[in-house]
Amino acid sequence: MKHLLSTRDLSLEQAVTILDTTARMAATQEREMKKLPTLRGRTVVNLFFEDSTRTRISFETAAKRLSADVINFSAKGSSVSKGESLKDTALTLKAMGADAVVVRHHASGAANFLAQPGLVDVPVINAGDGTHQHPTQALLDAFTIRRHLADPLNPACGGPLPPFDSGLGTDLAGRRIAIVGDVLHSRVARSNVALLATLGAQVTLVAPPTLVPVGVETWPCEVSYDFTRTLRTWQPDAVMMLRVQRERMSASGGGFFPSPAEYSRQYGLDAQRLGLLPDHAIVLHPGPMNRGLEISAQAADSDRSVIVEQVGNGVAVRMAVLYLLLASDQVAGSSSTLS
Amino acid sequence: MTSSSSAHGVPDSTPHGVEVLGEADIARAMTRISYEIVERNKGVSDLVVLGIPTRGVFLARRLAARLAAIDPSCDPDAILGVLDVTMYRDDLRHQPPRTIGYTQPPAVGIDGKTVVLVDDVLFSGRTIRAALDAVKDLGRPQAVQLATLVDRGHRQLPIRPDYVGKNLPTSLAERVSVRLVEHDSLDGVYISGGAQ
Repeated sequence: MKHLLSTRDLSLEQAVTILDTTARMAATQEREMKKLPTLRGRTVVNLFFEDSTRTRISFETAAKRLSADVINFSAKGSSVSKGESLKDTALTLKAMGADAVVVRHHASGAANFLAQPGLVDVPVINAGDGTHQHPTQALLDAFTIRRHLADPLNPACGGPLPPFDSGLGTDLAGRRIAIVGDVLHSRVARSNVALLATLGAQVTLVAPPTLVPVGVETWPCEVSYDFTRTLRTWQPDAVMMLRVQRERMSASGGGFFPSPAEYSRQYGLDAQRLGLLPDHAIVLHPGPMNRGLEISAQAADSDRSVIVEQVGNGVAVRMAVLYLLLASDQVAGSSSTLS
Repeated sequence: MTSSSSAHGVPDSTPHGVEVLGEADIARAMTRISYEIVERNKGVSDLVVLGIPTRGVFLARRLAARLAAIDPSCDPDAILGVLDVTMYRDDLRHQPPRTIGYTQPPAVGIDGKTVVLVDDVLFSGRTIRAALDAVKDLGRPQAVQLATLVDRGHRQLPIRPDYVGKNLPTSLAERVSVRLVEHDSLDGVYISGGAQ
């Protein structure tokens, strides 16, 4: 593994290795001394062409906890706003001695572009590209799901949180996960469908027909248009709510749905739908949430909700990815440093 | 890499090479080390035992049990901990990515305690250097001591053990492997490779 561009590139073994490493990283973050010396002297560049405070801070925290230096590069007010191309920006970063590039871009495929041989020549981590992929989000979701569902007898509500290494070494075989909301515009959904399928889970996408992408029949998942029936008859182990942008409801934003109220009634996770879930089921959301639109306050604040925990796990997942890509110079497939 | 060459003088030569310590030898060495620890520290109060994965963890558990046998007021589970040093190593760049193990500080903590680090083989000393850094991040012990089942020499750092099961002069071409019943289904220390 040289880069992390898409969850589709991950084998089952690689995915489980990342989740296991995440468990170890998460355990270190419970200590008083959270900083580890592992990546001392390495420089990680956060290259963010799209506003994303949460993901950027998560990557920055992860790199700093591993003692790497972090350079934040945001497109606003930079050379990019003066018309610099992605390629020239990348070459500038390479010249500055970046050891890894974390990239968030509005164009699908931007991370793959940077990862081309001869461009930056250091590990590239995709932090979200257009409507394509957001692999670290899917990995943190999978980690959170594995931690909670490893022991099927462990109820989601009440009791202490399972240990981080709960489910260590295992995949998600047979787990049922419903992904609900704006699948069409969601890189989180795409990354999750691929990763969860690799991990052996069953996935059902729940969305209005207008928000289901063309070609979804080739994805390794089922599609449902009826949230309530899916909850009642399929009994998912985890429900992942996607963020829905209000603008998409209006005619000018594409008119994907008549009104926020109607969306909320049909596809929102409210107290009543929450009550249909089995005892052990958990509720995820990548954030930021629209309370009252795709998720009600009761659902967001219920015992089943692992939404705040996801944020913490996000730092641990990113530490794991940085460790696996950067700690060793001997990555399979990489050339020797000197010829 | 294990040598399967037959060993002279050792009737039950194993695939691990020539046996230099057997089950009884290891048991005696651990018992002696436990008494040395008690003697040096004038008792077992304020002692904690930290095992370095993989096999140091099992040796630490055996030591803790022996310390508890010497002083029944000592709870072997409370003074036992596991210290993974992977993320503190100085050779991470030159090897394929290493799997990270788990660290479990002893229940009683390490602040103000005398920490006895336990490893199976002491060689270059680099693992112990990493362990000292790892201990520092867990707390501030009163003192840190080092117990090792085998000291095979060839130190690259100014590090020395306080308690040694057996000093085993080796050549750099030789390989020392420790087998413990908790992990390998038998107890023994073997030496292989090199000129015999």
